[in-house]
Amino acid sequence: MSWFSKTLNSTIGRKIFMSLTGIFLILFLTVHVAGNLQLLIPDGGKAFNIYAHTMGTNPFIQVVSKLNFAFIIVHIIWSILLTRQNMAARGVGYAASSGASSKWNSRNMGALGTVILIFLIVHLRKFWYVFKFGEVPTTTIDGAEVPNYFLVVNEAYSYWYYVVFYVVCLIVIAGHLNHGFQSAFQTLGLNHKKYTPFIKAVGALYSIIVPLLFALIPVMMFLRNL
Amino acid sequence: MNLTLKIWRQQDANTKGEMKTYEVSDISPDMSFLEMLDVLNEILSKKGEDPVHFDHDCREGICGMCSMVINGRPHGPKQAITTCQLHMRSFKDGDTILIEPWRATAFPVVKDLVVDRGAFDRIIQAGGYISVNTGGTPDANEIPIPKKVADEAFDSATCIGCGACVAACKNASAMLFVSAKVSQLALLPQGHVERKTRVEKMVAQMDEEGFGACTNTGACSAECPKEISLENIARLNREYVGARLSSENI
Amino acid sequence: MILDSKIPGGALEEKWEKHKFNIKLVNPANKRKYDIIVVGTGLAGASAAASLAELGYNIKAFCFQDSPRRAHSIAAQGGINAAKNYQNDGDSIFRLFYDTIKGGDYRSREANVHRLAEVSVNIIDQCVAQGVPFAREYGGLLDNRSFGGAQVSRTFYARGQTGQQLLLGAYSALSRQIANGKVEMHSRTEMLDLVMVDGKARGIVTRNLITGKIESHSAHAVILATGGYGNVFYLSTNAMGSNATAAWRAHKKGAFFANPCYTQIHPTCIPVSGDHQSKLTLMSESLRNDGRVWVPKEGRKGLTASEAVAIPEEERDYYLETKYPSFGNLVPRDVASRNAKYVCDEGRGVGATGLAVFLDFADAIKRDGKDVISAKYGNLFDMYKQITGDNPYEVPMMIYPAVHYTMGGLWVDYNLMTSIPGLYALGECNFSDHGANRLGASALMQGLADGYFVIPYTIGDYLAQTPYDKIPTDHEAFKAAEENVKSINRKLLSIKGEKTVDEFHKELGHVMWDYCGMSRNAEGLKKAKEEIKKIREEYWQNVKVIGANEELNMSLEKASRVADFLELGELMVDDALHRSESCGGHFREESQTEEGEAKRKDNEFSYVAAWEYKGTDNESELNKEALQFENVKLTQRSYK
Repeated sequence: MSWFSKTLNSTIGRKIFMSLTGIFLILFLTVHVAGNLQLLIPDGGKAFNIYAHTMGTNPFIQVVSKLNFAFIIVHIIWSILLTRQNMAARGVGYAASSGASSKWNSRNMGALGTVILIFLIVHLRKFWYVFKFGEVPTTTIDGAEVPNYFLVVNEAYSYWYYVVFYVVCLIVIAGHLNHGFQSAFQTLGLNHKKYTPFIKAVGALYSIIVPLLFALIPVMMFLRNL
Repeated sequence: MNLTLKIWRQQDANTKGEMKTYEVSDISPDMSFLEMLDVLNEILSKKGEDPVHFDHDCREGICGMCSMVINGRPHGPKQAITTCQLHMRSFKDGDTILIEPWRATAFPVVKDLVVDRGAFDRIIQAGGYISVNTGGTPDANEIPIPKKVADEAFDSATCIGCGACVAACKNASAMLFVSAKVSQLALLPQGHVERKTRVEKMVAQMDEEGFGACTNTGACSAECPKEISLENIARLNREYVGARLSSENI
Repeated sequence: MILDSKIPGGALEEKWEKHKFNIKLVNPANKRKYDIIVVGTGLAGASAAASLAELGYNIKAFCFQDSPRRAHSIAAQGGINAAKNYQNDGDSIFRLFYDTIKGGDYRSREANVHRLAEVSVNIIDQCVAQGVPFAREYGGLLDNRSFGGAQVSRTFYARGQTGQQLLLGAYSALSRQIANGKVEMHSRTEMLDLVMVDGKARGIVTRNLITGKIESHSAHAVILATGGYGNVFYLSTNAMGSNATAAWRAHKKGAFFANPCYTQIHPTCIPVSGDHQSKLTLMSESLRNDGRVWVPKEGRKGLTASEAVAIPEEERDYYLETKYPSFGNLVPRDVASRNAKYVCDEGRGVGATGLAVFLDFADAIKRDGKDVISAKYGNLFDMYKQITGDNPYEVPMMIYPAVHYTMGGLWVDYNLMTSIPGLYALGECNFSDHGANRLGASALMQGLADGYFVIPYTIGDYLAQTPYDKIPTDHEAFKAAEENVKSINRKLLSIKGEKTVDEFHKELGHVMWDYCGMSRNAEGLKKAKEEIKKIREEYWQNVKVIGANEELNMSLEKASRVADFLELGELMVDDALHRSESCGGHFREESQTEEGEAKRKDNEFSYVAAWEYKGTDNESELNKEALQFENVKLTQRSYK
């Protein structure tokens, strides 16, 4: 093995993969939530449709989007690699286990991640797949005919069980982010007496605010549709 | 106090083990946890049964020999102490106490509660030292070291190598142990000469021993009898990546 | 037999320098032709193994613990002395030498102690280079503190864990040589016999503690660095595994045992809380700087610490302050210990067992405030609370003396070689540097001096005169030693008696503590000798050892160690009985001043008592090595 692959295959190297892809996904979520909040602008979906259309056609965004998929896959594969390594490292488990010394979400990132994966599949099938390959009705904005993505979303969020599913999944994402955010920095070795408390505080706020904003979208749209 | 003990019994590394139940009575709250086990062992010996084997030596919390997971927690329910410093007044009359060995593939069970922690020695042998021969060293005051740095290096150096971090970690990761030694020697100027090679070799050995990865749960530090901080692990990550990127070791 | 200490001639301060020049050297290329066995991996053993491996010798190192890092050197709290004079307070090599000789109550060799003081400065340099994190001042230079028995600040320390940090330094050096392939490390392996060929030490027989396998190891020289024998007393501050077996079995092969009665009893330990007690915990002596020692004037057995708070001043006896007005609570270790015993013997001891005195911080807290006291002793107070459940900020501590260190050990000459050619003893295992009493922070110094800076020179002198030929382990001497070890273990396992090993060990401990402890007299010692014989006889008839040899069997390990304690205990009593003077840690009631203080008899006893084994049922033979004092004047201590 070359020094490079040796490094990437070391325990710390694998963790760095998790950390870097995780940080990218956090950035993605930030952009994603900012864009999606336009769904709440009471303009019949105009702003959102312009935004979504741009996202779907801009070549730069297309590259980033491919990267995003790639990172999600790397994040998943490496988490499986690490989980297998970690389970093998324990061997025989304990008869008694106590959670007194760590937080529940930090110990169950894999389980939380699995729920998030299921959510992703549902989420992508419902929106991304439909936007990309399905039949989307069109609307005219400033004289141009564009797909009316807003309508698809609005329709989906008129079912209460979709809304509940999204809210529950976003709570899970919050749990995952709550540990993942500061953990990513710790893994990269970015630890400093001055800045680490700040990173931790930002991470804690982020893990609440971003999922909360995301959750607002289905809830508000559902209420408006009543 | 009367207690029910459920203890892991395993004849040797190649035999399957199981939890066995024992009753002890008239336990004084002033006894240490190990003295309570001494009482049980005297009873077992009198009956001609094999006493429960467990590692212990100094019984004052510094040698790092004692190693028991008590009710799911390495070194028991109290923080910042080893098993030998745990006293029975931390338990209640009638309690049932589960006692298990450190669980990690890299720490195979030798007998009952005794495990083989040779992996830790091999990690130190891989590079946990400063290569100076005896004699010919400069005067001790030749290199001034800021007090803050010396104190921080000391905090890392207090690790007693007991392995509670591995036992506590859900991934049986040895990162806290490795990082404590790497930190101590990376902080001190004397350690700078071999800084890169050291961290590369120690991490490689850690991986070879089959320890898990750190997922930053913080359980290791919370259960560490010497309260070694998680900052050490961040430093280890930093040192490792820096060394791999810049050292000339292929 | 005449004991040749091989002390070089010339002026005191030139002896070591000259000696290093005069002794023979082994050519660097030839060093790899020699094998050396090192038993024990504490400060002395690990530093010796590492240093000798660096020189090129092939080392086999052994320890009974699971890792060399666990040796009991790790438990030393206070610090390590060195004559660096970094504090500019008048320290010098001669002053450290003088303090150590005087502290040892003039029962140690001048030449050895001076060498110790000389190399003390190198130890600090060495340890700092290894990355030992000693305490530092804000300017970045090393900090020092003062310690008992000295009027200068020469103690280097790493918070309360100096022993641990020094051991980890030596362990790291050892680990490096293991990785280099120059040291073959055998952990969880216990030496059970010494192998001699043609009157020279040529190997050892060990038991693998996991598999029970009895194995032979051959070498050109054997070094014992196996620590002290304080566990003869059952309760001591030693680790549970600390034992005398390696040293004792070497003694039975002909190595003389010197001054076995010199034991140090530390005054500030946490008292025994009941029969279940397995070991004693030391509290730093520094507590006596602010704590006041007292007992009630009228005996009240069972008095608890919380009841004591209510006892009015006039009913308290601050006995050290009354008896020793100038030193008060700061009298030396042995004086403080002995007086605690006296008040308890009078029935004025406190606590459930009546074997404890109070160490009270109420006045200090009133005077300096809780914060100041907490800054000084916070960690000790926490430790005390952890163990006893009492809070020393609110109620007085209870303390009682406990066995802590043994100054006696295998007799060695100036080269640290025992009376068996090719067998060396280092650290607490030998008798050499502390005389009848050891000063605080000197044990670490001696262990590392022996290992880093003495043995690497002196062993060459012997090896240079030894042929390269190796003795195969199927040699009859190895076979015989293996058979001896096997038969001892077989015997222990076959008795299948009624009493456990611990029961016998406790009985021995009681006898030793009562008659050969802080205060000794002829009548008691004679009684002790009889008692020990009886216990030993019963031991070999009635001990119950569970299990088999071919497994991890801690019951068997303990049984073989206690068997040796039962013989060593008798020799300690013999030595204490013959030395009818009081000196250092050895107080004979028959030899005291009018004020009841220790009285040396320099005319009669200014010698090292080196005992020669003559068979378990025969009396050991006393050999004397006269002590010459050319550089210090012998004075009697006074603390009034």
